[in-house]
Amino acid sequence: MTAVTGFLENLGARAIGAVNRLGFASRFLLLTLRNSGMCLSRFSLVAREIYFAGVLSLIIILVSGLFVGMVLGLQGYDTLQRYGSSSALGVLVALSLVRELGPVVAGLLFASRAGSAITAEIGLMKATEQLAAMEMMAVDPIARVIAPRFWAGVISMPLLAAMFSGMGVFGGYLVGVRLIGVDEGSFWSQMQAAVDFKEDILNGVIKSVVFGIAVSWIAVFEGYDAPPTAEGVSGATTRTVVTASLSILALDFMLTAFMFRGA
Amino acid sequence: MMKRKALDLWVGLFVAMGLGALLFLAMKVGNLASFTAAETYLVKANFDNIGGLKKRAPVKSAGVVVGRVENIAFDTESYEASVVLAIDKRYGFPKDTSAKILTAGLLGEQYVGLTAGGDPVKLKDGDRLKITQSAVVLENLISQFLFSKAADGSKDSK
Repeated sequence: MTAVTGFLENLGARAIGAVNRLGFASRFLLLTLRNSGMCLSRFSLVAREIYFAGVLSLIIILVSGLFVGMVLGLQGYDTLQRYGSSSALGVLVALSLVRELGPVVAGLLFASRAGSAITAEIGLMKATEQLAAMEMMAVDPIARVIAPRFWAGVISMPLLAAMFSGMGVFGGYLVGVRLIGVDEGSFWSQMQAAVDFKEDILNGVIKSVVFGIAVSWIAVFEGYDAPPTAEGVSGATTRTVVTASLSILALDFMLTAFMFRGA
Repeated sequence: MMKRKALDLWVGLFVAMGLGALLFLAMKVGNLASFTAAETYLVKANFDNIGGLKKRAPVKSAGVVVGRVENIAFDTESYEASVVLAIDKRYGFPKDTSAKILTAGLLGEQYVGLTAGGDPVKLKDGDRLKITQSAVVLENLISQFLFSKAADGSKDSK
């Protein structure tokens, strides 16, 4: 009997804890947005964080984009040539990158490369009581530490996703046209005929902005909420990557359902 | 701590590269440049059957894209599909132009093909194309073929 009630109590406590954390996270996001004034007027604060979140993620994003594009070129050619439509390779590469793979894979890489770093940094600042020290000096840690990192993530993510897609199209071009020998004219012209600026590219950018907000929010919140111990910080870093990746995939499904209902 | 100047340089480079990639996607992949909002005029056409025609499908004449399908609706008076075509202002067509629904390749996308007639009067905004030809529905084609085969067979046996 006690085992059953204990189990139920445990379950209930977990559910209440999760809702509590969600509430705190939402309040935290609101607080961050409200305290963003300073970092947006002193843009050098954000620029410094863009360097850490965006510029240092460049190599992994560009190389992954290139390889994803090259694989799409090989796989797409293999399937398309069975139906005698290998000239549609450009369409396949461009649409799959711009609509899905660009925002999603760049988002996953960004969460694990930059999101985890943001969480670890903020968590460690909290563990070493730097945040408390700032408060002592009447510096709001949310305005000085959290908001610049949040906005840097939101700004970097769409740019990284666009670079990923661009690099991927180039990779598909390298494999499709240079290596396999698909006709260059039909590769580009079919792509240009099929890819729509508003429908495909702009929707991809919207996706990447949403993912940027989600990843940055989760990363700064997990860092701020981390228990101030070594164990707590490592746990928070892991949670950032897991939660951010799952929310990217779930959000992607929702956004895709809204954007491409096959009208 | 990194020098402020070098940091600004890297961040500037990063943002420029990101915007450059977006520009590349817009121009080279999405071909925004040629898809400028060219002025168009609207022409209606009724079809018995539009098959798999979709909005924004190309309208071609002699193989050249001259416009896009603007809207597709069902006409409750004639029980036909009413298709609105947006044709580029640069291309004028005679009033007795006919419209056909064609398929690019065997399994390709469907588009509207325009064949110019001989009328000296040009089409205006809001005009209706009188002569139209529906999409070829593969099932109808096969059943016609089978029926004609069956009819031939019964004649031969007599």
